[in-house]
Amino acid sequence: MDQPQPFHRNPADMLPERAPPITATGPIGWLRANLFSNWVNTLLTLVALYILWLAIPSFIDWAFLSADITGEDRFACTSDGACWAWLDQRIGQFLYGFYPSDQTWRINVAVVLLIPALAPWLIDNVPGQRWLRWFSVVYPILATWLLVGGWFGILEEVTTDNLGGFALNLTVGLAGIVLSLPVGIILALGRQSRLPLIRWFSIGFIEAVRGVPLITLLFVSNIILPIFLPPDVALDSVIRVIVMVTAFASAYMAEVIRGGLQAIPKGQYEAASAMGLGYWQSMRLIILPQALKISIPGIVNTFIGLFKDTTLVIVIGLFDILGIANAMVSNPDWLGLSSETYVFVALFFFVVCFSMSRYSMRLERKLDTDRR
Amino acid sequence: MSIKTLTGMAAVAGVLTVVGVSAPAHAATLDDIKSAGELKCGINTGLPGFAFTDDKGNWTGFDVAYCRALAAAVLGDPDKVKWVNLTGKNRFPALASGEIDVLSRNTTWTFSRDVDLGFTFVGVNYYDGQGFIGRKALGVSSAKELDGASVCIQTGTTTELNLADFFRINNISYEPVPIETNEEARKAYEAERCDVYTTDASGLAATRSTFPDADAHMVFPEIVSKEPLGPLVRQGDDQWADVARWVLNALINAEELGITQANVDELAKGTENPEINRILGSEGSLAEMLGLEKDWAVNAIKAEGNYAEIFERYLGKNTPLGIERGLNALWKDGGILYAPPMR
Repeated sequence: MDQPQPFHRNPADMLPERAPPITATGPIGWLRANLFSNWVNTLLTLVALYILWLAIPSFIDWAFLSADITGEDRFACTSDGACWAWLDQRIGQFLYGFYPSDQTWRINVAVVLLIPALAPWLIDNVPGQRWLRWFSVVYPILATWLLVGGWFGILEEVTTDNLGGFALNLTVGLAGIVLSLPVGIILALGRQSRLPLIRWFSIGFIEAVRGVPLITLLFVSNIILPIFLPPDVALDSVIRVIVMVTAFASAYMAEVIRGGLQAIPKGQYEAASAMGLGYWQSMRLIILPQALKISIPGIVNTFIGLFKDTTLVIVIGLFDILGIANAMVSNPDWLGLSSETYVFVALFFFVVCFSMSRYSMRLERKLDTDRR
Repeated sequence: MSIKTLTGMAAVAGVLTVVGVSAPAHAATLDDIKSAGELKCGINTGLPGFAFTDDKGNWTGFDVAYCRALAAAVLGDPDKVKWVNLTGKNRFPALASGEIDVLSRNTTWTFSRDVDLGFTFVGVNYYDGQGFIGRKALGVSSAKELDGASVCIQTGTTTELNLADFFRINNISYEPVPIETNEEARKAYEAERCDVYTTDASGLAATRSTFPDADAHMVFPEIVSKEPLGPLVRQGDDQWADVARWVLNALINAEELGITQANVDELAKGTENPEINRILGSEGSLAEMLGLEKDWAVNAIKAEGNYAEIFERYLGKNTPLGIERGLNALWKDGGILYAPPMR
C-alpha cells in the first residue's frame, strides 16, 4: 500500500517558463544595471541629467531656434542666437582654403577618388580588390597631380600655399597617417634589431623626436632650415609639414608597435625560427600580424592625435580650417563670431576622429580570434 | 604691437645665437624682387582691420594695403605680392632669414628690435597705445579712477607690464584677471568677469564693435603706453629700406597734397604744384634716385589710395571698427603724422 512512489513531478504542476522580470531586461533593466546600480551611480546619473537639462535646450535654442542663417555680415544677425550667415559666404574657404574657386572641382575629384583607393584596405570583399589595390598605389601621385597641377599642362598649376581649409587638414592628415605606419613599423623593428648601428639610429631618432613638441619641429623646418639652405632653394611648405608630421607620428607609432611586439610570447619567435623562417618571413607571417592586431587601439590613437595636430600648421603660416576661422573672425564684418566658427570646426574634427575610432573598434572585433 | 614682444625677441635671439650667424644682408633686395616678379610680404594671420580675408579669400586690411602699394611702386601691379602669414613668434626669424622682403605686421618700433635684432623700421604707419574699455555703468570717466577695479589682461605680454606701471605710478590698486588669449579676454569681459579690459587701443575699438550693446561701453581717454607700429626691413640693404620708407612717405604726403586714388591719373599729367609733380614723376628725378620706374608713386597711390583713404577704408569711422584718426591725423590736422618733404 504505502509503497514509496518514485519521486517525480508532474510537468503540469511546474511553473511555466516566464519572461525575465521587466526590471532585469529591456530598457529598465539596462537603466538599473548601468545608471542606477548603487547610490553613487544614481547620484552621478541625476547630476549628469541635470547638467544636460541645463545645457542642451539652451544650446539647441542658440544653435538652431533663435539663430540667424542669412545675411551679408554680422550686422544682419539681430537675434540672440548664433549667427550662421557667414556659412553661405565662407563655406568655400573653410573647405578649400584659398584654392581658386573655378578649380575646386579638382579637390572634389581627389576626395571622391579616395573612396576606391581606401576601400580595398578597409573593407573586406570589395569587388575587384586586386585592381583597386593597384589603384591605391597610384592614387598619391594622381592626387598630387590633381591638387598641384602643372606636369602635363592639362591642369592649371596651383601653388600649395593656396591649399587650405579642411582640404589641407585632410591632405596633411592622410599623408601623415599613410606614411607614419610603415615608417613606425620599421623604426620599431629597428629598435629591436641586433645590429647596433640600426638599433642606435632607431633609438636616437625615436627619443629625439619624441622629446620635442611638434610645434618646435615645425618651427625648425620653417625658421632654421632656410638659414642653412641657399636662398634660392625653397622647400615647399606643405611638404615640409608632411615630413615633420610624419616624423613626429612615426616616433610615437614605433613605440606603440614596440609595445605590441613585446607582448608576443617568445615562443612565437622561436616557433617561427624552428619552422625555418628567416627574419623577414617570420616578421611578415608570424610576428607582425599578431603585434599589429593588439596595437590597433594605440595605432588609431596616434592617428587621431596626428589628425588633430594638423591644426598646428598655422604657426608656419598655412591656413587649415581653424586658421581660416581665425582669419575670418578678424574681418570687421564678421568680428566676434568665434563661438560659431569653433563649433563648426569642432564638428568637422569630431566626424573624422569619431569615424576613425568606430572603425578601429570594428576592426578589433573582427580580428579578435584568440580571446573569444 | 606689444603682444609677445619678449618671446618674439627671445626666439630671434635664440635662433641667431644657435646658428651663429648674424642676419644675412641680401645686398640687392630690390633687384631680387624685380627679377622674381613678386614681393614677399609678411602679414598677420588675422587682426581686425589690419589683416583679414574678404569673402573671396583675398587678404585685405590696413597692413596689407601698404604691401600692395609697395608692390605697385616696385612692380607696377599691386597684386604681385606673395603673402606670408606670420605669428608674433616667427615674424622676426622670417624677416631675418629672407623668407620675406618686408614685414608689415602691426609691429611696434622699439630700440632693441631696431638695434639689436638687426632690422630697419622704415617709418610709422599707425600710432597705437594701450588703453582701457569699461562699462559706462561703472560711473567712471577716467582710468585713474579705477581704484580696486578688476582688469582682464592677456598674460605674458608687455601690456601686462604697462598695466602694472600705470597703476603704480598713479598709486591705485587693481585686481588682475589673467587670461591666455585676446579672444578669451574679450569673452571674459563680456561675461562681466572683470570691470575693465585692457589692450592696444586699435584692438579695443574692434572689441567694442562686437558687443551687442556697444553704447554701454566706453574706451577711457588714457593711453598708457607708446606703440608706434610700422613696416620694417632687414638692416644692411639701404636701397631697399629707402624704397620701403618713401613709398610710405609718398602715401602720407599724398594725403597732405590732396592726391587721391581718383585724381592721381589726372594730376600725374602735371600740375601747378611742383611737389605734386615731383612725387608723381612729371618733374624731377626722384624715381631714378630710388631705382624705380617714373610712375612708381602713381601706381602706389592707385593701389589703395593715399594714407587717409586706406585708413578710412579699413579702420575709420565708416567701418565697424570706427577708429578716430586721433594721433594718426596729419600734423596740420592735430595729429603727429608728418612725412619729410619729397624733393
